[in-house]
Amino acid sequence: MISNLNLETQGQPEAAPASAPLSKPNTKNSPAPAPFPKVALIIERHGRKPARLVPILQEVQEEYRYLPPDVLSYVARSLNIAPARVFGVATFYAHFAIKPKGKHVVRLCDGTACHVKDSVPILDAIRFRLGVTEAQPTTRDLLFTVETVACLGACGLAPVLVVDDQVYGAMNPEKALAVLESVREQERKEPSP
Amino acid sequence: MIGPSTESALPVTGRRRVIVCAGTGCVANGAYPVFQAFTDQIKAAGIPATTEFKAEENDQPDAPLRLNQSGCQGFCQMGPLVTILPEGILYTKVRLADVPEIVASTLVGHELVKRLLYVDPGTKKSCQGVAEIPFYQRQQRFVLRECGTIDPASLEEYLAHGGYTAARKAITAMTPEGICREILQSGLRGRGGGGFSTGRKWEAARTQRSAKKYVICNADEGDPGAFMNRSVMEGNPHSVLEGLMIAARAIGADETLIYVRTEYPLAVARMKQAVKDAQRLGFLGNNAFGSGQTFTCEVLEGAGAFVCGEETAMIASIEGHRGMPRPKPPFPAQSGLWGKPTIINNVETLAHCVRVINEGAESFRKLGTAQSPGTKTFALTGHVANTGLIEVPFGTTLREIVIQIGGGITDRRGRIGPNNFKAVQIGGPSGGCLTAEHLDLPLDYDSLRSVGAMIGSGGLVAMNQKTCMVSIARFFMDFTQRESCGKCVLCREGTRQMLTLLDDIIAGRATGETLVLLEKLAHAVQKGSLCGLGKSAPNPVLTTLRYFRAEYDAHVFHKCCPTGQCKALAKPSIDADKCKGCQACQKKCPVGAITGERKQAHVIDPAKCTACGTCADTCKFDAVVGV
Repeated sequence: MISNLNLETQGQPEAAPASAPLSKPNTKNSPAPAPFPKVALIIERHGRKPARLVPILQEVQEEYRYLPPDVLSYVARSLNIAPARVFGVATFYAHFAIKPKGKHVVRLCDGTACHVKDSVPILDAIRFRLGVTEAQPTTRDLLFTVETVACLGACGLAPVLVVDDQVYGAMNPEKALAVLESVREQERKEPSP
Repeated sequence: MIGPSTESALPVTGRRRVIVCAGTGCVANGAYPVFQAFTDQIKAAGIPATTEFKAEENDQPDAPLRLNQSGCQGFCQMGPLVTILPEGILYTKVRLADVPEIVASTLVGHELVKRLLYVDPGTKKSCQGVAEIPFYQRQQRFVLRECGTIDPASLEEYLAHGGYTAARKAITAMTPEGICREILQSGLRGRGGGGFSTGRKWEAARTQRSAKKYVICNADEGDPGAFMNRSVMEGNPHSVLEGLMIAARAIGADETLIYVRTEYPLAVARMKQAVKDAQRLGFLGNNAFGSGQTFTCEVLEGAGAFVCGEETAMIASIEGHRGMPRPKPPFPAQSGLWGKPTIINNVETLAHCVRVINEGAESFRKLGTAQSPGTKTFALTGHVANTGLIEVPFGTTLREIVIQIGGGITDRRGRIGPNNFKAVQIGGPSGGCLTAEHLDLPLDYDSLRSVGAMIGSGGLVAMNQKTCMVSIARFFMDFTQRESCGKCVLCREGTRQMLTLLDDIIAGRATGETLVLLEKLAHAVQKGSLCGLGKSAPNPVLTTLRYFRAEYDAHVFHKCCPTGQCKALAKPSIDADKCKGCQACQKKCPVGAITGERKQAHVIDPAKCTACGTCADTCKFDAVVGV
């Protein structure tokens, strides 16, 4: 499991070291260098308060694009709370991902307004084109992750597709695939970091 | 008519302004590049212009042209919207290429660009501004009043529109008892869905003895199909902050929090900016309005859990736990965040409080019904000609909203027709479906409850005849089933089983017993769940069962979906009388299931057909039926 994870985290802004001390308690007597300096900084900024767990995880996810299990354990140790609690919070909220996400997150709105305006055929078309499913939402090349979202609040433009932070309104399967194709084309020309 | 039109009613001699709507909808349609183009073109045309608001220049006709972005103006479908004052011209669907023409014709030449005006699809009349557009004419905008005109990033402009007078009055000139009394007398009820009396909630928290109290603004608007709170926060963030300060003063709290959905990045940014600006002018801080009182405010982002809109779940989330509700009592007003008295109010409720304090309870009660005073914002979406954000007094009928403001119901090709109306889903996953018989029902908290629906936070989704009500019920069940936090067995397992039963119905596996079981389970889930999510989760199923029983029966007993939306039951065929033999469907059919000579009626081979519906979408003569 651990070696797999390390493969997955490679190329991330801060790769998990192979010997991440999963169970070793971080005693005050032997202050080891923080294995995740950026995470340590985030936790420090929030005053090491367990109450700030949700915002801490949000910032960690911003850094890694997902929440690597080693990092979750590290957060638990730093806040002096049970890893189960951190893992519990990380799996409770839809915003948190414990598997790596693709470079571009494609979110199709399936709120009521989008749903009645036929968002499902768009989702089917996107998943079919990218070869992903609900259970396996990320493409093999880690370029795209396809998600649905309950409502983006842009109901006037239903059906709505969001790629990263760009909102596309009044979609249909053809237009949506064209959007993805343009992202792919852009990547081919000049890959974003 | 009050609202943006009050601006357009200004004498034509006022200051020249260009306002580009920068709500999420218009931004998605390209409002930012349009704004930039205006900046460049106006400069190129040599017109003196500014983006800064200065109160003293506001009514000066010879002041430099003011160019600003606004929050959501509500008419999202027609975006990007550009308003030009003082004439009150509203240009719709403005593209980059239109900007030079607007600058040359309207700003320099004082002439209209007619092709960019809104054309009423009913009367085919072009409307020059909001005052002439039926979508706006029938609204009464209070909470949304400033949303479409002021620059949400400018505290100074909010102040010039009378901003923070209510907070100043509440903090420096009113007692907590006085504020609670005023709110109680106004009859204001929580706009987040429950409809509980705001005044009573505040009074309960005020009378608690505690050195520490909290006020939380519930901006975790998770209902699919609702975006009222987002629009208010994006369009007029200071009104929310002001309401929050009034609430804090009323119950004796010094710390306030705003819990915003993370799916609303623009709203988060605007609220954070508003807090910063309010601190800068000393409205927030250790000496608010020089009163010596302390008020702080922090903006928190949710992490994508619908259940966190429930008060106790939200508190758990803020405390750094899974957002799971707990039993009440004790109510948060007695023991909430960190065990201290806490009140949680919806964004819109807080914005209404500002008006109650400014204008008094009596004035607030003038609109709406006796039991539900005031106005309510609704997100009108789905199969209506005009989708967008509206505000109407309680007691307005569904017909006025859907037909008059919404401009009528559209069919699958977007054509408006008098017979297209099938149902309205109100209140999101907690609400219910209303039918044509309810079109004249005055909408308020109590009338809706009497027909099995609820106002919820205000999502209104209109549906045309081609919408399968069983699928809609399944859609909401799927949503609540995913969002159930898992604490109560009946909510966790019950909603899942209900979803399975609905899947059976849609796939043609159901029997008469399925319907009996579904109804029985629905009542059990209502009774056996702790919080509003579970208690109201069966509403969409129960209301569709009540009003669209025949459609369920068709699925169960005749194995047929009357609208043809349920693919497993769809049996597409071609009406030989309507078919002109144009071969359009033949060419589009992805599986080659359609055969027939030119100018002769075509037929669909059921063995090959996958019921994808492409033929029905292609046919110009509506000859394909059953899909």
